[in-house]
Amino acid sequence: MTTFVIRRIGSLLLTLLGGYTVLFILFFALPSDPAEVIAGGNGKNPPAAVIENVTKKYHLDDSIPEQYVRRLWDTVTLGGESFQTHEPLVETIKTRLPNSLRLAVWAMLIEVTVGISTGVLSARRRNSLLDTASTLGTAVVSAIPVFVLAYLLRQVTGVYAFQHQWPEWARFPVLSEANHGWYLGIIPSLDQLKHLVQPALVLASVSTVIVARLTRTTMLEAAGSDHVRTARAKGLRERRVLTRHTLRNALIPVVTFIGIDFGTMVGFAILTETVFGWPGLGSRVARAASQSDLPVVLTLSMVVMAIYGVANLIVDISYAKLDPRIRLGGAK
Amino acid sequence: MTLLEPHMTPSADDSLLVAGPGRSLAQDAWRRFKRNKLAMFGLVLVVFLLIVAIVGPFVVQDPTKFSKTVFREPPTRQHLFGVDHRGADVLANVVYGIRLSLFIGILATILETFIGIFIGAVAGWFGGMADTLSMRLVDIMLGIPYIILAYAFITVLGRGVLAVVLTLALTAWLQTARTVRAGFLQAKELEYVEAARALGVKSWRIMWRHILPNEFQPVIVLVAVGVGGAILAEAALSFLGVGIQPPAPSLGRMIADAQSHFASAPYLLLFPGLAIVVTVLGFLLVGDGLRDALDVKDV
Repeated sequence: MTTFVIRRIGSLLLTLLGGYTVLFILFFALPSDPAEVIAGGNGKNPPAAVIENVTKKYHLDDSIPEQYVRRLWDTVTLGGESFQTHEPLVETIKTRLPNSLRLAVWAMLIEVTVGISTGVLSARRRNSLLDTASTLGTAVVSAIPVFVLAYLLRQVTGVYAFQHQWPEWARFPVLSEANHGWYLGIIPSLDQLKHLVQPALVLASVSTVIVARLTRTTMLEAAGSDHVRTARAKGLRERRVLTRHTLRNALIPVVTFIGIDFGTMVGFAILTETVFGWPGLGSRVARAASQSDLPVVLTLSMVVMAIYGVANLIVDISYAKLDPRIRLGGAK
Repeated sequence: MTLLEPHMTPSADDSLLVAGPGRSLAQDAWRRFKRNKLAMFGLVLVVFLLIVAIVGPFVVQDPTKFSKTVFREPPTRQHLFGVDHRGADVLANVVYGIRLSLFIGILATILETFIGIFIGAVAGWFGGMADTLSMRLVDIMLGIPYIILAYAFITVLGRGVLAVVLTLALTAWLQTARTVRAGFLQAKELEYVEAARALGVKSWRIMWRHILPNEFQPVIVLVAVGVGGAILAEAALSFLGVGIQPPAPSLGRMIADAQSHFASAPYLLLFPGLAIVVTVLGFLLVGDGLRDALDVKDV
C-alpha cells in the first residue's frame, strides 16, 4: 500500500512539473515579447516605461533557464503578486480557494443526489417518459454553453422573479457573494444559500446528466448479471436486490467518475464563477487572462491542477481499497 | 462520455439475419443510423445549419452595416431577430456567426484528428520511448484545465481566426491519440498484422493501410463529437474575451456583448445562444447515433 501511494504521489509531482513546464513555455519562452503581453495585452501599444517596469519586475531579461527556475520557485511558494492589482498571490489564494471548494462541494452534492437517483429511476423504468426525457435532456444540457445556461437561469430566478413579484423563496440575487455566513466553513447561512443555489446548479448541470446516464448504463448492466439473478432466485425482496446487489456494483464506476469530476469542477468553474461573480479561483483566473496577467494565470492554474491531481489520487487509492481485485504495489 | 443509449437502435443482429445481396459495413451502419430517430434529428440539424452557412449570406443583410436610427429593437418583421446595441441586424450576425463556428469547428477537428491519429499510431505501434513520452504529454495536457491550456496557446499563436483554429486543434487531439493508441496496441497482436509482417510489408504501410482502416470507427465518432466540442470551446474563449478578435462575427462574443443589456434586451443573448445550442446539439446527436450504429464502445 505504502509503495503504491508513494509511487502515485511521485507521478503526480511529475505531472505537475510537466504542466508547469508546458505553461511556462507557452507563456514566457515562446512569445517574442512576454513583457509587452503582460503590460498591455493583445493589440494595445503599452508605453515603453511600463514594458520596462514589467521586464524588471518579472526578470524577463534573464535567460530562459534562469527564469524557469525562478518562476518555478515562485509558483511552489505561491510568491509574487498580480501585476494589475498588486495583490499578493498568497492572499488571493487564501480568500478565494475556500470559495471555489465550497461551490464545488455543493455542486457535487447536487450531482450525486440528482444524478444517481435519475439514473436509477430511468434504468428501473426503461423507455418510460422519464427515461426518454433524460436521454434527450442529456444531449441538450451537454450542448448548452455553461454561460448561456447561467444567464437563462439568472434571467428567470434573478430578474423575472423580482419583476413579477414571485414569492420570496423563489427569488435569487443576481450576483453571488461568498464572504459571509458559512457555518463550519461549508454550511451556508440562509442568506448565503440564496447566493449559492444558482451557481451550484449551473456548475452541477453537465456533470449531473453525465452521472445520470452513467448510472443508468451500469445499473442495466448489473441488473443483467448472474449474481442478481441468483439473488432473485433465492427469493430476496426486490428492494434488497436493488440496493444490496445491483446498486452496489453499479456505483463503482459512478463513484470513480464523481471523484475525478470534483477536480474538474474546481477548474471548470471558470465560466460559472465569471457569470455569477462568485469570488473563487475561476473568476480570478478569467479576469487575469483577459488582462494578460500571465504570472497570476500560471500560479492559479497550478493550484487548480494540484487539486485536480490530489482528487485523482484519492480516487485511485480508495478505489484500490474498495475493490479487492485491484492489487496494490504492482504485480510481484 | 456516453450520451445516448444503444436501446434506441435495434440490435446489430437482426440486420445480419436478412439474407440477400451483400452489404458493406458502411451500408449496414447507415441502416442502423437511419432507424435512430434522435440521430436522424441531429443529422437534419447539421444539414440545415450547413445550408444556412452556405446560402445564408445571400439572404440576410450585411452584418457590419449599422443603422444610425435603430438600436436595441426587439424582433420585428424587418429584423426577425431584432437589432443589437450597435444598430446591427442580429439575424445577419447570427448567420455569419454560425458560418464562422462551423468553419472553425470542422477545420479544427480535421487538423486535430490528423495529429491525434499520427501520434496515437506511432505511440501504439512503436511503443517504447515514443509511447511513454507522448502519453506522458497527453496526461499532462489533460491535467491542465482546458480553457487555460487553450488560452496559453492563444498567447503564443495570436487571436486571428486561423490561430484559433490551430489552438483548438493543438489542444483537442489528446482523446483521439489515446483512442487510436489503444486500437493499435490491440491490433498489433492480431494475426492479420502478423501475416502482413511475415510477408515483409513495411511498418509504415501496415500502420496506415492495414491497421488504421480497422481501427477507424471510434475516430469517426470522435470527429462528430469533436466538432461540437470545438464550437463550444471557441464560444467559451470568445465569451471570456480571449478568443477571436472583432470584427469576425463570433457567437460567443455576441453573448458576452449582450450580457450588459440582458435585463432589457434578452433577445440579444437568446438568439446567438440558441444558435450555439442547435449547432452543438446536432453534432452531439450525430456522434451518439454513430456510436450506436458503428457499435463503438468506450469513446
